[in-house]
Amino acid sequence: MAMKELLTKYTRMDKLPHIWCPGCGHGIILGSVIRAIDRQKLDPGKTSVISGIGCSGRAPGYMKFDTLHTTHGRALAFATGVKLARPELNVIVLTGDGDCAAIGGNHLIHAARRNIDLTTVVFNNYIYGMTSGQYSPLTPHMKLATTAPYGNIDQSFDLCNLVTAAGGTYVARGTVYHTQMLIGLIAEGIAHKGFSFIEVITHCPTYYGRRNRMGDAVDMMNWQKEHAVPVKAAAKLPPEKLEGKFVIGELHRSEGPEYTEEYQRIIDRLERE
Amino acid sequence: MGKNEIEAVLMSGNEACVEGALLAGINFFAGYPITPSTEIAEGLAERLPRVGGKFIQMEDEIASMAAVAGASLTGAKAMTATSGPGFSLKQENIGFAAATEIPCVVVNVQRFGPSTGLPTSPSQADIMQARWGTHGDHPAIALMPASVQESLTLTITAFNLAEEFRTPVILLMDEIIGHMREGIVIPRKGEYVIKNRAKPTVSPKEYLPYGAEPDGVPPMANFGDGYRYHVTGLIHDETGFPRGRGSDGDYLVRRLVNKVMSRLDQILMVEEVEMEDARLALVACGPVARSAKRALILAREQGIKVGLVRPITIWPFPEEAIKAAAQKVDAIIVPELNLGQIALEVERNACGNATVHRLNRVDAELITPDEILAKIQEVK
Repeated sequence: MAMKELLTKYTRMDKLPHIWCPGCGHGIILGSVIRAIDRQKLDPGKTSVISGIGCSGRAPGYMKFDTLHTTHGRALAFATGVKLARPELNVIVLTGDGDCAAIGGNHLIHAARRNIDLTTVVFNNYIYGMTSGQYSPLTPHMKLATTAPYGNIDQSFDLCNLVTAAGGTYVARGTVYHTQMLIGLIAEGIAHKGFSFIEVITHCPTYYGRRNRMGDAVDMMNWQKEHAVPVKAAAKLPPEKLEGKFVIGELHRSEGPEYTEEYQRIIDRLERE
Repeated sequence: MGKNEIEAVLMSGNEACVEGALLAGINFFAGYPITPSTEIAEGLAERLPRVGGKFIQMEDEIASMAAVAGASLTGAKAMTATSGPGFSLKQENIGFAAATEIPCVVVNVQRFGPSTGLPTSPSQADIMQARWGTHGDHPAIALMPASVQESLTLTITAFNLAEEFRTPVILLMDEIIGHMREGIVIPRKGEYVIKNRAKPTVSPKEYLPYGAEPDGVPPMANFGDGYRYHVTGLIHDETGFPRGRGSDGDYLVRRLVNKVMSRLDQILMVEEVEMEDARLALVACGPVARSAKRALILAREQGIKVGLVRPITIWPFPEEAIKAAAQKVDAIIVPELNLGQIALEVERNACGNATVHRLNRVDAELITPDEILAKIQEVK
């Protein structure tokens, strides 16, 4: 579908232009989510897009679906209520690295553990952008942030490994540089029955890039290109060659009972008894 | 037993709450285990799937309140139940539901605090938290049952008010009412009223999700019904979208509060006992009102003209009932299981027309009729 048609069909044109800074990668994720929804031919009237707080939290407001901008970190908990109450709906959660990995970390673990059929897209720009540049659980060690003026002594963690370990059944990572791959990964996540998780490496030139001398938005996208290793290539590399790099593509896929279907089985069983 | 005979059943207040919720048409419950409210979650875990409803034990109290709000947006009648520390944790998303006008019921079986406190002991110390627990100006409706029977009927009322006013309604129970067992009558169909939220009558194109008169309640579309609208905890205009204008904040906050405060006749419930000739009034809620009723009888036997005003609706506070009582009597005694919360409202509304005397216990025991009688004798 041509861009104009996509925009008209799936976005609230009257809400544009968006509030994100010039050069921000979030718009590319928003565009990729919309293209993935279109690829999977979801019924817009049966699709809910749910977010928390932060720059990522504003994305659903531009999308022409039932959209819910919740409290900080709680998008997955609200989404669990929506999905369990009305399982026929497609529920997509858009969240950020602070929203999802810090204040919402517990909800992430348990949504993955339940394998509830939600598609979660994390806008990972390594920083709290909306509050102007504090470190998040995904800010790399010794990078600078307004709350880490001498370098971040926290260790960051790998959300994809976390979700896989917690029981998520589709886990992938993409970047806003590799847009075609990203659309495919999100589309696969939507098609997958169970908890799907797509971490997207994006860039915040304003608060992360500038402070850490990473150049402008184009430089930061080049950084993504240079540091991303496709999953097949990564499998052939020794661990020391992956030092400082990150793996992109489909990282984990498994089959498992989906939560709302399991619950329906109990309802059906009780009805028969 | 004949068909027309009344069937009394023995159950606890928490169990009666479950029955009331089912009669009200609950189809979604999310909760987290916490004493002394857990029996409500346990009861609904067993009963809900039998009526096609959904139960989920979430990872924490915050998440259960969030799931309840999410479920309600799809059209479900949704409830959560908690106690003390759990009620503190729910405040964030109670505020969200108030701001975004999501109907839901929050049961708080009050327990002794602060903090972990005495988990199996009663208290009435969450009265102010039920009003002001979440940040910002917002509407609050809270009901306080004084018996197991009332736990059932007020649960139905709580759902009805939530649906009618599109706001969270708090059922402020306590450990005594929650765990006490009494014989109650489960009402039959037709013996209670069920209210449902107003749905939009216009097409999705014409739908203004937050369009209402300055004291009105907007009709609510279900997520998934094709309305494709936006819900945010940011200050929003009638379209549901934020614009960042202070004037929108002024309009929304006033409307949220006014939609409740302009219809007090539909919300306020007060029981008055022997107030006609009273010279001294007791103002008591929940289980304390039971001790107060007994004290009233004992005092009248001694020729002291005592009456009782029992707010069943504690929020909005029944100001007119207290104002009228204060004009009638010389003195008011406010016995409560805290260090003085209802008393603050009574003092404010007495307007100096009657002296207000406090009687407080915070030793995990119910105030006895004798203690109230002694206070009556001291004050009269």
